[in-house]
Amino acid sequence: MALAVAKEPRRPRRRAGGPARLPFLLISPAVLLMLGFLAYPMISVLYYSLQHYNVTKPWRNGFAGAENFTKLLGDDLFWQSLVFSAKWVGAEVSLQLAFGLALALIVNQTFIGRGVARALVFSPWAVSGVLTTTIWMLLYNPSTGVSRYLADAGIGEYGTSVLSDTGTVFWAAVLAELWRGVPFFAILILADLQSIPKDLYEAASVDGANRLRRFVHITLPHLKDAIILSTLLRAVWEFNNVDLLYTLTGGGPAGATTTLPLYVANTGIDGHDFGYASALTTVAFVILLFCSILYLRLSKFGGDRS
Amino acid sequence: MTTAVTTQQATVSGADTGAGDAPPPRATRRGGRGIADSAPRWQIFLPLGLYLLFTLIPFYWMLLFALRPAGSTSLVPWPATTAHFDKVWNDLGFAIFFRNSLLVGVASLIMTTVVALAGGYALARFKFRGRNGFLLALLCSQFIPGALMLVPLFEIFRNLNLVNSLWSVVIAETVFQLPLSLILISGFIRNVPGELEEAAWVDGCGRFRAFCAVVLPLLRPGLIAVGSFAFVHSWNHFLFALMFLSSQEKYTIPVGLNYTIGAESVDLGALAAGGVVAAVPVVIVFAFIQKWLIAGFSAGAVKG
Repeated sequence: MALAVAKEPRRPRRRAGGPARLPFLLISPAVLLMLGFLAYPMISVLYYSLQHYNVTKPWRNGFAGAENFTKLLGDDLFWQSLVFSAKWVGAEVSLQLAFGLALALIVNQTFIGRGVARALVFSPWAVSGVLTTTIWMLLYNPSTGVSRYLADAGIGEYGTSVLSDTGTVFWAAVLAELWRGVPFFAILILADLQSIPKDLYEAASVDGANRLRRFVHITLPHLKDAIILSTLLRAVWEFNNVDLLYTLTGGGPAGATTTLPLYVANTGIDGHDFGYASALTTVAFVILLFCSILYLRLSKFGGDRS
Repeated sequence: MTTAVTTQQATVSGADTGAGDAPPPRATRRGGRGIADSAPRWQIFLPLGLYLLFTLIPFYWMLLFALRPAGSTSLVPWPATTAHFDKVWNDLGFAIFFRNSLLVGVASLIMTTVVALAGGYALARFKFRGRNGFLLALLCSQFIPGALMLVPLFEIFRNLNLVNSLWSVVIAETVFQLPLSLILISGFIRNVPGELEEAAWVDGCGRFRAFCAVVLPLLRPGLIAVGSFAFVHSWNHFLFALMFLSSQEKYTIPVGLNYTIGAESVDLGALAAGGVVAAVPVVIVFAFIQKWLIAGFSAGAVKG
């Protein structure tokens, strides 16, 4: 999508004597909405990050300078949530990409029942975080979930709740999010697979390239930009999204699954410390932007694909 | 998907004749699937079968709990009961939550599509001052964590007297959907050759009529993709609704589900039935639009 943006419009045109106001008129609703409900909140977050602003301690409210930011450097919970965020995003994006790519390659083949298979494997894409929690809570429930039936059959033990054990809760949450996240990659990659010219494969076959070589030399280079872009979008999304962890684990047990946005939400909403929450938000935004630019640079996005 | 795509191509190339340097028909770019790259059957069906199990068992588990009577440990939801559905729909208020979610979903769909269509057209067909800056802002906005905007957004809606109104959720959803929708739609419009519109102008159509008659029909797969994105997204979104809606008759389905999950003694049957109610509309929408979604994306969203 960045590619689409970088390009100049193919045919900028205006009818002779046509109204020059038209493009501004057309785009003004979008601009007004985004100014009012994206830019303005963003600026007020920046402003609050330099203020003491706590509804429960109004006597301290006022200019804070960099105090919120220095407090943040010594805050163990901040560092802990940052490390967990990195772990969470890394695990989710890499696993979702691996499964999504494999799935896209499979359903791109021609076979009987392909349409139905596609609809079924893609369906969790449409499921919300809260609904994912609902479903996986039923599956993970120690007395009525899958583990109980497995234990009945002699596999595993009774009474283990994967969500309350700090050793298992990470992978339990990763699995639930994976279930709903893989279709996103599969759909995007499948769409891109279908734009590879078929004659390329035919030519390669004639030259005696086997399927693995065709995959490495034709498919992967073609998919490169789509993969870079979808992993980036997904990483940002997984970093920011709190629905699943908020409802499934609540950030627990004992803060073991608290991401940075979840920590911010707890600080701002439950702790009423808007000033500090705003400083955390600002730092999160800067980290995200920095990592994304670094990622695009390192991956040579949009570069020549040979 | 093939039928839809081929009709689209037919229209493009059909109307294009005589426009001089017509772009090559899309058919050549499409269809990496095929004979040349086909795999042995077992290499398709074994992993696909395993993955289907992983996808479908959770859905089945939810249906099982929703349909079997309380206290049953059977793995088959038979004899089925509608008691749980009766409870969530009538006693727990899911009938109202469902209506609210539907209102929010449809309103966000309409707002997002209309605003993004107008803006996307401007971005695709005009070069104007501030255009590149705006495009950059669109990209940067992708990094704004929605969850972290809750406090300032709440204050804005409080000032606008929209707290505990479904409009607050509609506006917030639309705004967070807009950047991506704008980028996608302007990409789709750029893919429609400008000559088509020009030809219609020569025939005496105004810009608006030419757009409706020539461009709009070609945008169908893309618009369906963007619109369904907006609907599914706002149907599913949780945090804004949780924060901005305070009285129970305004709750949307995810908020209602969240309170069912958090209830003192969780009634698993009712929880599962609530989950089914939440899932049915999006799964239906998804089954219907799935083929358009892929066509929409490959129509140039990712590749430009």
